[in-house]
Amino acid sequence: MEERRLGAPFSLSVVENPVDRLARTLEALFVVASQPLSAGELAEATNEDPERVETALALLAGRYREGRSGIVLEQVAGGWAFRAAREAAQACERLFERPAQRGLTQAALETMAIVAYLGPVSRPEIARIRGVAADSAVAGLVERGLIAEAGREDEGGAVRYRTTPLFERVFGLVGPDELPPLEELAGDAEELRARLEAVAERRA
Amino acid sequence: MGTEAVRGFELDLDAFAGPFDLLCTLVLKEELELAEVELAGLVLAFLERLEPDDLEACGEFLVLVASLLELKARGLFPDEEVELDELDPEDAAEELAERLAAYRRIRAGAEWLERRLEGERDRYFRIGPAPLAPVRERTLPQEDPAALVEALRALAADPPEPSLRHLALTFPPVSLFLDRFRSTLRRRRRFLFDEEVADLSRAELAVAFLALLELRKAGDASIVQPAPFEPITVWKSAA
Repeated sequence: MEERRLGAPFSLSVVENPVDRLARTLEALFVVASQPLSAGELAEATNEDPERVETALALLAGRYREGRSGIVLEQVAGGWAFRAAREAAQACERLFERPAQRGLTQAALETMAIVAYLGPVSRPEIARIRGVAADSAVAGLVERGLIAEAGREDEGGAVRYRTTPLFERVFGLVGPDELPPLEELAGDAEELRARLEAVAERRA
Repeated sequence: MGTEAVRGFELDLDAFAGPFDLLCTLVLKEELELAEVELAGLVLAFLERLEPDDLEACGEFLVLVASLLELKARGLFPDEEVELDELDPEDAAEELAERLAAYRRIRAGAEWLERRLEGERDRYFRIGPAPLAPVRERTLPQEDPAALVEALRALAADPPEPSLRHLALTFPPVSLFLDRFRSTLRRRRRFLFDEEVADLSRAELAVAFLALLELRKAGDASIVQPAPFEPITVWKSAA
């Protein structure tokens, strides 16, 4: 829309498309930021209205996409951020290790799932669900920045944990809503229940 | 293998790597969470290197690993034994089913996360705080630099010299007051002690009182005080 409106009257000189200009500013912001920037933050930094920022973001998302550019603009962890294109992953891997993303143990993954789905939760709650102590798994996830403290329980005052924006970024989630419902993943629990009840009856 | 060998048995587990007796020591000192040690792995590692005819080593190992298993089992059910004991089998099954179902759902969530993580392995990005992130401004009330100077000046000034007067009490000689009271008694038959010493310091007052007692001892005066803290009247002796 913008282009057509401005394009006609100034056809003789080099036309500066204002959306292009805003897009260039956004590119600059993504380069200096190492955390995802929300549309609101971008609008504030550029002193532009959010609608125009969205337009410029759409333009950039088209330019910085897999297969077209080594830098990819992605919507992640409640904002927008640059990352490396997937095709460059091996080169990136040779360049540096990714300690935050490598090697989550089963215990860490289960703890991660509990915090992601049921958080904020305390260590005792996590231990109750997993059936084993969660101390080192929780400490490991905190150290990796995937979960963080989120206040204390009203009763007992145990520290509670929630996921961090880094968790969403590492797992490539736009936001917490993107986690699939557990019921869908786990399927029918009735069969398990029936088996247990059968065992109980035999014992009784 | 022998008992010594059992204790020195090198382990390489997820949660622990080192000799077996160090593992036991760490567990007893509660520096290692037994719940996180995979005891099955420990048993397997031992079986691999076990010599079947070494009864001593087998016995030693069995005792130790049985203790560890019991400790671990107890650790897994911290305070729930009582609670579970009171349930009838049907409720217990229900409770167990619910817990297992909850755990199953979480397992499914963990598996999804694992697949997701695997799928996102090739997404590289920069981690860390933005170097140019806006620094939050701390709002402080406007302060007058002169006030700071004033406060420092007060600190820089020498503190007032402490008074040493109490260290150098000067006591006048008793004779001074003796002479004074005697001359008073020469002029008057009696006087009130309190009036006579009204404007004296505490030290002088004490000496004056000594002089009064001396006067009485010498028989030059008699002293009358109707009751404690009442005015003291000094009478010239009749002789």
